Amino acid sequence: MINKVVPSAQAALHDIFDGATLMLGGFGLCGIPENAIAELIRLEVKNLTCISNNAGVDDFGLGLLLQKRQVKKMIASYVGENAEFERQLLSGELEVDLIPQGTLAERIRAGGAGIPAFFTSAGYGTEVGEGKEAREFNGKMYLLESWLKADFALVKAWKGDTAGNLVYKGTARNFNPLMATAGKITIAEVEELLPAGALDPNQIHTPGIFVQRIFQGQHYEKRIEQRTVSSA
Amino acid sequence: MALDKHGIARRIAQELQDGYYVNLGIGIPTLVANYIPAGMNVVLQSENGLLGMGPFPTDDAVDADLINAGKQTVTTLPGSSLFNSAESFAMIRGEHIDLTILGAMEVSEKGDIANWKIPGKMVKGMGGAMDLVASARNIIVAMQHTSKDGQSKLLPECTLPITGLRCVKKIITDLAVLEITPQGFKLLERAPGVSVAEIQKATAGQLIIEGAIPEITV
Repeated sequence: MINKVVPSAQAALHDIFDGATLMLGGFGLCGIPENAIAELIRLEVKNLTCISNNAGVDDFGLGLLLQKRQVKKMIASYVGENAEFERQLLSGELEVDLIPQGTLAERIRAGGAGIPAFFTSAGYGTEVGEGKEAREFNGKMYLLESWLKADFALVKAWKGDTAGNLVYKGTARNFNPLMATAGKITIAEVEELLPAGALDPNQIHTPGIFVQRIFQGQHYEKRIEQRTVSSA
Repeated sequence: MALDKHGIARRIAQELQDGYYVNLGIGIPTLVANYIPAGMNVVLQSENGLLGMGPFPTDDAVDADLINAGKQTVTTLPGSSLFNSAESFAMIRGEHIDLTILGAMEVSEKGDIANWKIPGKMVKGMGGAMDLVASARNIIVAMQHTSKDGQSKLLPECTLPITGLRCVKKIITDLAVLEITPQGFKLLERAPGVSVAEIQKATAGQLIIEGAIPEITV
């Protein structure tokens, strides 16, 4: 079995360059690649294009990269939790492409699956449709949307093995398996790195072929945005 | 008296039917989960990748890896399933969801909805709203009838950037229940003690009033 293991985030991200296009998994702060983000900050790479559903919060997740002005362009669907993002966007400091969430997911899936474009009804008749080809199918209007790919996809999984197979937990799955397929180089960080054979092949979410590098993540904070509880 | 947000949520819960798969938006729609009639089987879909969303966890069961689309900690239920974002939106785009309930800044008398952007002031993004409104079979909007400064949110045309065209079926506000018809907003019910004249005054778009309008019972 091919061994995809690298010793650290530092080793995994060593060739990320200024101006790279990155995909970063996660929904809100759930399932984000915390170790990779910390390494991007340490590397001080700049002019990044970041594709991620959200932009973190002011002081965690992708928000940390925004604060350091390492991001030139953000491609996302919802950024409501990040005041610094909104400020940079409204002042024109940050280039932003806001995309309907399902379209974002499907564009990434298409990128990984070798499908250059597809039609979706989301956004027809709105700003999102401006400049895009629209076509009618069975009496309904649809927009032509193109695939998304990245130089590097940075994903986070619960468990992984040395062959690069990944298993996610709960709703931390979200965009991670899609992005894993769409990176020229996909870097997976996992909470638990196991020998090949330790994971049940029936239960694999991301087959190892999509992962080029895998490393054992450290010190997961897993910050919760809205801690909502009920009484017992 | 106008309904509070819990009253709106309770009235919306009356729209649920046994066997429905339902997507609840952020804000008032989330509260609807608290008022699903006992004995009714309704499955809640959260577009970040959970079907069969359960109640908030007890303090000792909080799991950072299990949240809803509003980023709140939640639980699974017997029969729940987890999936990725593309599969989640296949459920939505493929019209497998029976009912979508979401908030709005404006709704037009044609059923257009605006809820994602105020140019120059506020840009939060559309999230999953554009996919939901473009494909849902039944869309109910939950919102206040007027803005904080008293402006009607039920308009002849939306003034803010559109989220989706001609998609809203019903609107449930603090003052009234209205249905979108080819003629405009048809008044179906009014909040207890709220007069038709008050609703008329708060509605900028075409309001259709036919016969006696019953009070909302929640």
